Amino acid sequence: MKKKIYLTAGYNTISMGTGRKEFNPKNSRPGIEHYIKEAGQSTIKMINGAENVDEIVISNFAASQYNNQGNLPGYAPFIDDKLRYKPSTRVEGACGSGGLALATAIKFLLSGESEVVLALGFEVQNTMKAVYGADVLATAGWWAHRKDGHAHFFPGQFSDRAGAYYEKYGKDITRKAMVKWYQNAIENARLDNTAQEFHNSDTDLEKTASIEPNKKSFVENLTVFDCSKVSDAASAIALMTEDGLKRCNISKSDAIEVVSFAQAEDDITTKPEDATKLLTTQKAVQNAFLKAGITKDEIGTVEAHDCFSIAGIMAIEALGFAEFGKGPEFVISGKTTRDGEVPFNTTGGLVGWGHPVGATGIHQAVTIWQQLTGKAKSSQIKINQNKPYGMTINMGGDDKTVTCIIFKKSE
Amino acid sequence: MNYDEKLTNISILGAAGKMGSGILLLTAVEITDLNFRKENQDKVFVLNAIDISNKALSGLIEYVRVQIRKIAEKKIIQLREMYKENLELVNNSQIIDDYIGKVLANIRTSTRMETAYNSEIIFEAVNENPELKIKLFTQIDDNSKNQPWYFTNTSSVPISYLNEKANLGGRIIGFHFYNPPAIQKLVELINSESTLPEITEFAQTYAKNLKKFVVNSNDIAGFIGNGHFMRDALFGIKMVEELQEKYGFAKSVYIVNKITQDYMIRPMGIFQLIDYVGIDVCIYIMSVMNPYFVDEEIHSELLDKLFEMNIRGGQNSDGTQKDGFFKYQKGKMTNIFDFPSNAYVNIEDVFPVEEILGQLPKKHLTWKEAIKIKENENPISEYFYNLKDTNSLGAELSIKYMKASKAIGEKLVTLNVAKTEKDVNDVMKTGFFHAYGPINNYLG
Repeated sequence: MKKKIYLTAGYNTISMGTGRKEFNPKNSRPGIEHYIKEAGQSTIKMINGAENVDEIVISNFAASQYNNQGNLPGYAPFIDDKLRYKPSTRVEGACGSGGLALATAIKFLLSGESEVVLALGFEVQNTMKAVYGADVLATAGWWAHRKDGHAHFFPGQFSDRAGAYYEKYGKDITRKAMVKWYQNAIENARLDNTAQEFHNSDTDLEKTASIEPNKKSFVENLTVFDCSKVSDAASAIALMTEDGLKRCNISKSDAIEVVSFAQAEDDITTKPEDATKLLTTQKAVQNAFLKAGITKDEIGTVEAHDCFSIAGIMAIEALGFAEFGKGPEFVISGKTTRDGEVPFNTTGGLVGWGHPVGATGIHQAVTIWQQLTGKAKSSQIKINQNKPYGMTINMGGDDKTVTCIIFKKSE
Repeated sequence: MNYDEKLTNISILGAAGKMGSGILLLTAVEITDLNFRKENQDKVFVLNAIDISNKALSGLIEYVRVQIRKIAEKKIIQLREMYKENLELVNNSQIIDDYIGKVLANIRTSTRMETAYNSEIIFEAVNENPELKIKLFTQIDDNSKNQPWYFTNTSSVPISYLNEKANLGGRIIGFHFYNPPAIQKLVELINSESTLPEITEFAQTYAKNLKKFVVNSNDIAGFIGNGHFMRDALFGIKMVEELQEKYGFAKSVYIVNKITQDYMIRPMGIFQLIDYVGIDVCIYIMSVMNPYFVDEEIHSELLDKLFEMNIRGGQNSDGTQKDGFFKYQKGKMTNIFDFPSNAYVNIEDVFPVEEILGQLPKKHLTWKEAIKIKENENPISEYFYNLKDTNSLGAELSIKYMKASKAIGEKLVTLNVAKTEKDVNDVMKTGFFHAYGPINNYLG
């Protein structure tokens, strides 16, 4: 990194959806303004005022369809009057939008143009029934593949990946690992009161998730427990330079530092070269490691993009924690649990915390910030001194738009 | 003429009614799906929705439009397969919208009976009035060249009676949906002695395609469903009459309703169910059944009295419940009709009934809990075991009621209305949503 970049003042709203007790599909719900304002104002308060912010990056996937709203940069001044006339930029890379917001903010800071950037991601998708929401989410794939795709397009894509994986490496062990992934996700989500699955009181998660996929009612190789839930939420975090920290009067102990970041993009018009591997994710991770000059053995915790349990398992392999085909064993042996070798998704990840598409990448960074600065409350894990680094991997579409960031607690 | 061709021209009589609208919806979806098949793509499918009121027919189309969307959303996976060749329609929403349009396009509304003259199949869902049914069948049959098949949704009138009076030569079958037809799984299929075998065969395919669960009832007035329900209701009324000297009318109604719902783990208490079906409808069904059972009095003076006071139950066209034994607000009982004041009393004023009935026995489970459990025999059996050992008025009355309900079920087999005890239990479980069948050994 040419310059030290810090992240601080992370904030997540509640991840709203069918998992929450207060959610009732028949009642009206807060709209995008509510979420944007809550997350934006909370972060601004922690950095002592909007006057400290130089510019804003907003990430969102499909407000134009879910909420009939485009031109999203215009929401910056809505958060706080002091942001009026300041630069505001919206980024979009489907489920990878949040990662793009962070990468964009980092570049703005590196360019010297700004010292403090507010990054805010949001998605409010419960405005539609799932059957129509699937149409919106499908635009994260290539349009020409939609006709032949499944009614639930993305579950269909990852069902195909899971099917290929079963065939190559064995179905039983993989399913077993997916069940374990679900268990970990829910158990972690129960420790974070903003998580969608915070209220999950199921006493036998293993049994619940151990049902057979049924292609008549859903997709061939996944069950609903393998999927992240439709979520309404916003997450915000402030990125700043050393001068920015001073301006905002933030102590370094309340911040984490970007060690490296890497983006990788694959051609949206193509199908996966090997359905059992997340090759774009692998590329982004390798570049991030290279730039950071560290190895996987120094990673203390990971926020992986488990839009589907199988994607979580494939991410483990793309990261190099397990060889290709050995991800399931890694999960089953408990290495990804909160007290395991490398705790993954400590607040539930996409399966447990929720997947408010455009906010997810930022939510991941907020979780790493909480964990590395000791602010994770009930979900706090112990960070091993020999493994001081945290990593986020945010993926848009079917392994197309990937951002990987490595962080450490600032010194 | 094969199954598909038979369905190319159907008329539903009473299409805007509670039962007719559901039958129309399911049939409209069925013919639309048939229309998608390659071999049927050149055929024109016509579904006539015939009713006396134009206003009701407009409401019907609105109802159907909303319901088809729900059906289409649920079967989106199948729809995408059906629309595979249509490259213009890509998104789920486009496919669903198109499908709704196609289903609606197959429906023709009409207030004129002449519309039915060209049909191959007549589905009758008019009032439970034998004379009206006979009049309509005769009129259509006299004017049609098709020798149409008649499907009647009657829940009580013997099919052989209708066949004979309308001179249909066996071209009629009883195809009794349960309310609401779009949701309830059960169809009671009733063959008269002369029903043509090809009609029975067709009816079975049709029921299967509509994903219905079929129970074959014998052709005796009331069939299995009303055969049980009407007698069960009469028993409840008798119990009220016994209790009312001591507790007064309103409190007795409340007590019997409560034991039939809570103690007996049913979805509704017996008087709530009478209100739901309609006091007028119950009177009508009883009057149809009564002449066929010479040893029994299937008739209630109490229901007659309420009817004369214009208390008739049933639902308003928006689905809300009309006043009957109870008054309702948002589906909840708020008042109870009382004699001799002939006025509704506040439901809170009949409390505390619990003091009279005693506590619910241990291990009680609500109906909602009971139906959620796949194999619910053990928990239900445990509960009834405790009920037997409970010393309270609630337990005493419900045991008495359970025994009566079981005897009614057994009687239906003895009378040869039902072929087996299982058929009786199946009808009560799938048509009335009971958590268990009336013919059981829970009380030992």
